[in-house]
Amino acid sequence: MLRQDIKRMLTKNWMDNKKLLSAIMITPAILYILIMVGLPLILAIFYSFSDATTGSSDFKFIGLQNFRDILEDPIFRKSLMNTFIFTFSSQIIVLILSNILAMVLAANYRGKWIVRFLILLPWTAPISLGTIGWLWMLDSIFSPFDWILRYMGLLGTQNALLGNMSNMYWLGEPVYAMASVILVHIWRILPLSTVILMAGLSSIPHDLMEAASIDGAGFFRTFFKIKIPLLIPIMSISLLFGFVFTFTDMTVVYVLTRGGPIHSTQVLSSWAFLKGIEAGDLAHGAAIALFLLPLLACVVILILKLARRTEVT
Amino acid sequence: MAQVEIRNVSKSFGDVKVVDNVNIFIKEGEFLVLLGPSGCGKTTLLRMIAGLEDITSGEIWIGGKVVNNTSPKERNIAMVFQSYALYPHMSVFENIQFPLKNQRMNKEKIREKVEWAAGMFGIEKLLNRKPRQLSGGERQRVAIARAMVRSPNVFLLDEPLSNLDAKLRASAREELQQFQEKVGITTIYVTHDQIEAMGLGDHIAVMSKGKVHQIGTPKEVYNNPADTFVASFMGSPPMNLIEKDDSILGFRPENFVPIDMLNADEGIETLEFFVTWFEDLGSDSLVYGNVKFQSSSSQKHVVSRLQSRANIKIEKGKTYTFAIKRQDLRFFDVKTGYKKNAH
Ligand SMILES: Nc1ncnc2c1ncn2[C@@H]1O[C@H](COP(=O)(O)OP(=O)(O)OP(=O)(O)O)[C@@H](O)[C@H]1O
Ligand SMILES: [Mg+2]
Repeated sequence: MLRQDIKRMLTKNWMDNKKLLSAIMITPAILYILIMVGLPLILAIFYSFSDATTGSSDFKFIGLQNFRDILEDPIFRKSLMNTFIFTFSSQIIVLILSNILAMVLAANYRGKWIVRFLILLPWTAPISLGTIGWLWMLDSIFSPFDWILRYMGLLGTQNALLGNMSNMYWLGEPVYAMASVILVHIWRILPLSTVILMAGLSSIPHDLMEAASIDGAGFFRTFFKIKIPLLIPIMSISLLFGFVFTFTDMTVVYVLTRGGPIHSTQVLSSWAFLKGIEAGDLAHGAAIALFLLPLLACVVILILKLARRTEVT
Repeated sequence: MAQVEIRNVSKSFGDVKVVDNVNIFIKEGEFLVLLGPSGCGKTTLLRMIAGLEDITSGEIWIGGKVVNNTSPKERNIAMVFQSYALYPHMSVFENIQFPLKNQRMNKEKIREKVEWAAGMFGIEKLLNRKPRQLSGGERQRVAIARAMVRSPNVFLLDEPLSNLDAKLRASAREELQQFQEKVGITTIYVTHDQIEAMGLGDHIAVMSKGKVHQIGTPKEVYNNPADTFVASFMGSPPMNLIEKDDSILGFRPENFVPIDMLNADEGIETLEFFVTWFEDLGSDSLVYGNVKFQSSSSQKHVVSRLQSRANIKIEKGKTYTFAIKRQDLRFFDVKTGYKKNAH
């Protein structure tokens, strides 16, 4: 088969040979996935069933012991819980905000390009840099938010709404720290989600909106009966990305709080990193990191199914 | 139900004027056909009446009120789009009930009305399908049913039958007209098909390049075209137009017949007709050829339509004497193309 193809390649214009051309084109992608994704994944699965550490090169397999260990670890359970809080609350808020934003950005008004530019800006900066900016804004002493709150009289005086301390200690109080991490993460992924929804909005034929206005549908009926149903496929894709991205990303948590105070913002990915890399316990780190793999796979399948079922055209 | 007045309405997209100072008055309950070739601004005019397009200048009145600045919803009109604009995620039933739901009508009544509208246009069996599972013609009927299910002030229909086959189109035309007569709602119907226009409207407004050339009953527009554009647009084949001296002479193919079919006492004009081509259409036949005037040397191409049962033998390549009754001759100005009064 292949020999025939090569022969034909030499005699005919090989660019016209679809089978050969598609094989050539897809090979780099497959190699990339195998080397950059497949190999580390297999390695991680290996480690999670072993007692490997960064300190020594020999290791032996110990079965499910690592998973038993981490399940008994209260920090792991706390991280698991936090991961769900972190992911679900940020995704719900992103879903709502990105819908509103996409509609605002899709509307026609003067100076809309500057608004678009500003909203999409976070996506262009390296995530860790942007997060370091937030680290300063949430600083325990110099936070500009605290300054504004004090200026408005909400903080730092007797009977002030938010207490008489001079600062909020955003990253020092467990609840505020969690809220801060979630908000910064929202700031981080909102642009992508908005752009995806804008693409979806612009793909809705304009005459459907016109037909709806002639049929007497007001703003809310047009929104909930026409726009949202037509956007569901693309919205579920955006949600899928958001979920997987949030479940597996540790940048915001790591830069802002390193999981603190007292693990109150610890998520699985940051905990896996701290334990596996910083503390050198590769085996437990791998087990923590892999813990959600089956769940994530299920989420992916579920959302892809959903997108398929509501497919229109 | 309402009367519609279009007063000095123009529309420009940038520098291009696509609707140019149009004046039309449509009585309550009237069926008006907007007729014109592709790109002449029919859809644009309709969209301005619907409130989907801003009016560059002029006024549109519906039911005695200026509606220039009111939303489509407030104008209470129903429209069938050239592209149907069916909601792809809704079933046929949901599509048709959508306008009624917006009026917060109760469920029982909605079901009744939807079934009535679906029955009217023969789509009862399709109510559970999605638009993508329908043929072009079926989609068009759903779009019409969605418009007809309400009782609006005005119906606007943008080439609603263009996707039906000839037979279905004829029956849909008949049904549409009967329906309109029954409900008596003012209707504006856009088409580029002059046969459809002749059969449908109380009045026809003939448009070209953004301008209205003539408004009249189908008979008036057909028999007394206001200018050479209308003359050459109406009828298939259209009116023969030949230049003679300082005017353009116009006569319908069916009025151009062999001389022995006419009574010479009535006042006739005769022409020598050299036949080049002959087409038998069943009930009629079309005879193509050239005529020559004594005054000029050039030949003019003309067509004659003869009824088959008149049983006339015509052969290619021969010359016959044909004639037209004087009363069937029309005269147009050479420069402006406007109709002139008979000499
Ligand atoms: N949004 C627009 N911007 C610029 N030009 C437009 C726009 N809409 C329509 N036109 C132009 O206006 C002219 C009239 O368009 P319109 O759609 O009204 O034609 P129509 O008579 O409905 O033709 P058809 O029978 O092919 O549907 C066309 O030349 C078209 O190119
Ligand atoms: Mg049109």
